[in-house]
Amino acid sequence: MMFVPGNNPGMMADAHIYGPDSIMLDLEDSVTMAEKDAARLLVHNALKSIDFGGTEMVVRINPLNTPYGKKDVEAVVKAGVDVIRMPKTETADEVRELEAEIIKVETELGCVGRTLIMAAIESALGVVNAYEIATASKRMMGIALGAEDYSANLKTQRTPGGAELLLARESIVVAARAAGIACFDTVYSNLDDMETFRKEVELIKTLGFDGKSIINPRQIEVVNEVFAPSQKAIDKALRIIAAIKEAQAKGSGVIAVNGKMVDRPVVIRAERTIALAIASGILDKEEAL
Amino acid sequence: MRHTKVVTLEEAIVKSGLKDGMTISFHHHFRGGDKVVNLVVAKLAEMGFKNLHLAASSLSDVHAPLVDHIKNGVITKISTSGLRGELANEISHGLMKEPVVFRSHGGRGSAIASGELHIDVAFLGASSCDELGNASGCPRSENAKSICGSLGYALPDAKYADHVVVLTDDLVAYPNVPKSISACDVESVVVVDSVGDSSKISSGAIRDSKNPRDILLAKQAAKVIINSGYFKEGFSIQTGTGGASLAAVKYIRESMIEKGIHASFALGGITAHMVKLHEEGLIGRLIDVQSFDKVAAESIAKDQLHQEVSAVEYASADHVGSAVHALDIVILSALEVDVDFNVNVLVGSDGIIRGAIGGHPDTAEDSALSIIVCPLLRGRIPCVVPKVTTLITPGKGVDVVVTEYGIAVNPARPEIAERLKAAGLKVVDIHDLAAKARSIIGEPDALPFGDKVVGIVMDRHGKVLDEIRNIVD
Amino acid sequence: MEIKNAVAGTLESGDIMVQIAPGEGLQVDLQSSVAAQFGRQIKAVITETLTGLGIDNAYVKATDKGALDCTIRARVTAAAVRATGKDVWKD
Repeated sequence: MMFVPGNNPGMMADAHIYGPDSIMLDLEDSVTMAEKDAARLLVHNALKSIDFGGTEMVVRINPLNTPYGKKDVEAVVKAGVDVIRMPKTETADEVRELEAEIIKVETELGCVGRTLIMAAIESALGVVNAYEIATASKRMMGIALGAEDYSANLKTQRTPGGAELLLARESIVVAARAAGIACFDTVYSNLDDMETFRKEVELIKTLGFDGKSIINPRQIEVVNEVFAPSQKAIDKALRIIAAIKEAQAKGSGVIAVNGKMVDRPVVIRAERTIALAIASGILDKEEAL
Repeated sequence: MRHTKVVTLEEAIVKSGLKDGMTISFHHHFRGGDKVVNLVVAKLAEMGFKNLHLAASSLSDVHAPLVDHIKNGVITKISTSGLRGELANEISHGLMKEPVVFRSHGGRGSAIASGELHIDVAFLGASSCDELGNASGCPRSENAKSICGSLGYALPDAKYADHVVVLTDDLVAYPNVPKSISACDVESVVVVDSVGDSSKISSGAIRDSKNPRDILLAKQAAKVIINSGYFKEGFSIQTGTGGASLAAVKYIRESMIEKGIHASFALGGITAHMVKLHEEGLIGRLIDVQSFDKVAAESIAKDQLHQEVSAVEYASADHVGSAVHALDIVILSALEVDVDFNVNVLVGSDGIIRGAIGGHPDTAEDSALSIIVCPLLRGRIPCVVPKVTTLITPGKGVDVVVTEYGIAVNPARPEIAERLKAAGLKVVDIHDLAAKARSIIGEPDALPFGDKVVGIVMDRHGKVLDEIRNIVD
Repeated sequence: MEIKNAVAGTLESGDIMVQIAPGEGLQVDLQSSVAAQFGRQIKAVITETLTGLGIDNAYVKATDKGALDCTIRARVTAAAVRATGKDVWKD
C-alpha cells in the first residue's frame, strides 16, 4: 500500500505505474489545514477521472471529529473510492460512526455497501481495542498500524529494531486473524536505508502481516522480494490447487498430492502462496488459474 | 623552439584567409560549458566578417549570443547536430533566412570526409596544445584549466578543413603526446583564457536520476537487454543521454556480475558508469567519441584500453569500418516515438527545436538491437504519438520501445517480442500505447506551424529526410 | 454571485495555479507550457467548471504546468469555493 500526498496531482497520476497493490491518497497528515479543501477536491476528481489500472484505491480521511472528516467522506464516497482509511481509530463506536456517515452518502447515491473501511490503529487505546475495532463493521477489510503516533503515545520513539512496536504489531495481527480480515504494517520513512527497511519487512512478514505501507515507489521492490514465495513453494502450491480441481471434477471429497492426503490448513496456505506470488509479480494470474 | 605557430586570434583569422561567405567549424566537447564559439564569432563580428556558414558538431543553450550575430548578418547559415535554448527558440520562430541543416554525428563525419560539407577554417578548442599544434582534450600540466577527454567530433574537422586553428588554455612544451590532433594538420595555435568550463559538460541532457519513473524505465530497459538474446559473452553496448538510459547500466552491471558475462566494448559518449564497469573488468574496451563527464575524461587520459575515436570511425554510414557496424545493443532516449517506430529527438511537441540528433539514427540503424526508453507522458506531453513532429530516426532501425505502461516491439522483430514475453515482460502493441496516452491527456490541437522552412534534417546517407517549419505564436 | 480574490493550486509539475478575481463575464488568462496543443481545451475546462458552479462573471488567471483535466477541474473548483465562500460539500 503506497502512500501518496493528496495535494500533489503529479504524484497521484503516476502512482499506479509502479505496481503497488493499493494506493492510499492522503487527506490527513500530508495536507496542511489551509489546503484540506483543495486536496479533497483534487482526490475526488482524480478518483473519478484517472484510470489507476485496477489498483485498489484507498483514501485516508481526516478524523470525523475535525471540521474536515465528514466532507472527506462525502467527497470520496461520491467519487467511488474502494476503501476509506480511518486514522487514529481508538474504539468500535468510532468505526460505527464512520459507517453511518458512509451509509448516508451511499443511500443518496443508491449504492449502499460499496465502500469498505480500513482502520488505522495509532494509540495504546486502539491496540487494546484492536479486536473490537476489527469486528465493528461488516465493511472492515483490514486494520493497520500507524507507528509514529503510537510510539509517541507510548512515550517512546521508533528504533531500527522496532522493539517498541512488537506488542502492537502482534496484537494487530492477532485481532485481524481473529476477525478474519487483513492487517498492514506501518511505514518506514528513511528512503536511503534500504537495509533496515528490508529487515523490518522480513520481521513483519514473520509476524504474519499481509502487507507493508510504503512512502516511495523505490520501496515496492523490497516488499515484493521479501513477500514473494520461493519457486519451490509456488510449484507445490500449484500442484495442490490442481489436485483440488481434479478432486472437484471427480466429485471426490478427498484431496491427495503425491499419495498424501491434503488437509484444510495446507490448502489455505497454498492459496495464500499463489495469491502472494501473483501480488509479487512473479506468477501470472492466468497461469495460476 | 625554432618554429612556433602561436599567434593571436586576430592574426590566426587573418592568416587563415577567411573571407565572407566561407564555412567555419567548431566542436561541442565542452557542451554547455563551451567558450570557443562565442569568443571566435565575436572576434569575427568585430573584424567585420559577414555571411559566414557556421558548421558546429552541435550547439546548446550557451550559444544564445549567436542570435545577435545572425541578426547582424555575421552568420547566415548554420549546420549542426542540435540546437537548444534561446538560439533554438529564435530559429524556430524564423530568425534565419536560410534553414539550419541538421546532421547526425556519423552523417556530419561522412559529409566532411566526402567534401559535401567543406570546411574552410576550423576553430578547435583543446585542453592542451604545444607550439606546433599537437592538441589533446586531456590536461598535461599543473596549469591545466579544462579537460574534455576525447576530441572525437573535432577530428574530421582537423583532418579535412583547409585551415585549422587550435585554441587552448594550456600551452605546453613540445611534444604534447599522446595527441588527438596532429601538428601536421594545424596552421595556428591561439592561447585563450578558457576554452570551456569542464564542470558544465555533464549538465543539461546528461544527468543521474533518482526520479522513480526513470528508475522504473531503467530497470525495464535492463530486463529487455538481459532477455533479448543479445546479452551474452562478448556483447557490445552503447547508452545515450537521459536519466533512464544511463541508470540502466547500473542494472545491467548487476546481471553481468551474476551471470559472469563480459562486454567486449562500450561505444559512443562514455560516462562514469561505463568507466566503472571497465575498471571492474566487465567491459574490455571503451571506444570514446565524447567523454560525457570528468571521470570519463580522466580515464581516457590514463587508460590505454579507453580509446578516442573520430566521428567518422564512430558512426559513418559510408565507412564500413565504423564502430557502429560492430555494435550489438544501444539504449537511446526520445522526445517522441510514433506508431511506426519513427523517432524524433530534435523538435519538442510545441514545435520548437530543443534537442540534438546526436548519434541516434547512426546507432539505431547499424546496431543489432536498438532500445528506445521514454516515458509515455512528460506532464501533459505525449511521447508515444500517432506521427512524430519531425522524423529523425526512421522506424526500420528501431526495435524496442520501453515505457512505464509497457514494452512495444517492432513487428519486424517478432523473435525479440517472443523472448521478452517468455521472460514475463509486458509486451504491448505500440498503437495501444499511443491510445493510452491520448486517453489520459486528451486530443491535442495541431501545432501552429508557418510556411517557412527553418530546418532541414539530413539522413546519415546525405539525403533530405524531413523539414522543420517555423512556429507561429 | 459575489466573488472575492482567491487562489488554489501550485506551480509544481502536473498542477495548475488558478487565481480568481471579480470581473465582467468570464475572462480567462492562461499561461501554459502546453498552450499550443492544449490551451483551447484547458480554457474550455475552466469556463465549463465555473459555469457549472453558477459563476458567470469572473477574471481568471491560470498558470498551468501540464495539469490533466481532472486536476484543472479540482483547482478551479477549489478557487471558486474560496472566492464565493460556498462549498460544494454538505456542512
